[in-house]
Amino acid sequence: MATDKRDGSEKGAPPDEEAALSARLQRLGERLAHHQGANRKAEADPGPRSDPSAMARGFRLSTELVAGVLVGAFIGWAIDRWLGISPWGMFVFLLLGFAAGVINVIRAAGISSRPDPKQ
Amino acid sequence: MADPIHQFEIHNIVTLGHIGGHEIAFTNSALYMAVVVVGIAALLVGASSSRALVPGRMQSIAELSYEFVAETIQSTAGKEGMKFFPFVFTIFMFVLFANVIGIIPYTFTVTSHIIITAALALLVFLTVIVYGFYKNGLRFFGLFVPHGIPIYILPLIVFIEILSFLSRPISHSVRLFANMLAGHITLKVFASFITLLGGFGIFGMAGAALPLALVVALFALELLVAFLQAYVFAILTCIYLNDAIHPGH
Repeated sequence: MATDKRDGSEKGAPPDEEAALSARLQRLGERLAHHQGANRKAEADPGPRSDPSAMARGFRLSTELVAGVLVGAFIGWAIDRWLGISPWGMFVFLLLGFAAGVINVIRAAGISSRPDPKQ
Repeated sequence: MADPIHQFEIHNIVTLGHIGGHEIAFTNSALYMAVVVVGIAALLVGASSSRALVPGRMQSIAELSYEFVAETIQSTAGKEGMKFFPFVFTIFMFVLFANVIGIIPYTFTVTSHIIITAALALLVFLTVIVYGFYKNGLRFFGLFVPHGIPIYILPLIVFIEILSFLSRPISHSVRLFANMLAGHITLKVFASFITLLGGFGIFGMAGAALPLALVVALFALELLVAFLQAYVFAILTCIYLNDAIHPGH
């Protein structure tokens, strides 16, 4: 590739200036390759993969809390109807559902994927 | 103003018959599901039939989609998750094609109906439960009992964990459905502003340039959302399947 480019552009520019430029280009290319190689070794998963997963995580957050509260409310409502203890099932399960929703959000945000075994 | 909900209406194309007094019909939704499946089959079978060592344009799309899903599964559910590759790949491609085909004007968006997304989410949910019990037996209940919790609040935590588990199919299905529904309604509303303003003479025309620019930008955003929602649906499927494969914390 590099030699192709040099041959192609030699016709237009003075040869010594061109040679200096191509030498600089080559040095730059070597340094860049060295740098990229080191980078690639340092982190297994660079840029482009992390970007969509971060956005995906953002989209996850939108419904996690609501889903927890809805499930809690539904179970509370069903228990109220079933046992006839009207507001109490709704009270308890709405709060539990809220807690479950908060846990969902915390997990979706990746703050702790699972409870820490050391705690 | 054009009715923004009209695009989601389901109407019969061919009535196939009646089962138990309920009409069984081939609807526009079924038509677009068929279009989606034919499109996926055309892409994957057609593109990979040449089996070129150096892939052509279509073949590299097919190979990229394979590698993308395989990488997603391996990074979330590990090597063992690969036995679910056909399942996850099918879901990903179906949702992706349904979302992207739905963006084309005058088409129907299959995933904008909660019955479709809920059916997919319940399929994942039941697969996780059935496979979790098949693979781990009663140890699958360990999913609800986190380690290192003091015994006196453990019953409360187990309750909350069970609720959190039950809320999964809801958030899984509502997210996709709501994003597609809201996106398409927004597009429709802003597009109708263009024609409304365009009717008000020369100043209206100038004003209509603003919603027009917005609709163009929204179309790009919707294309991104269509892809990202398919990705989110697939990656959550992998995360839930991971719980079935490795239920221990």
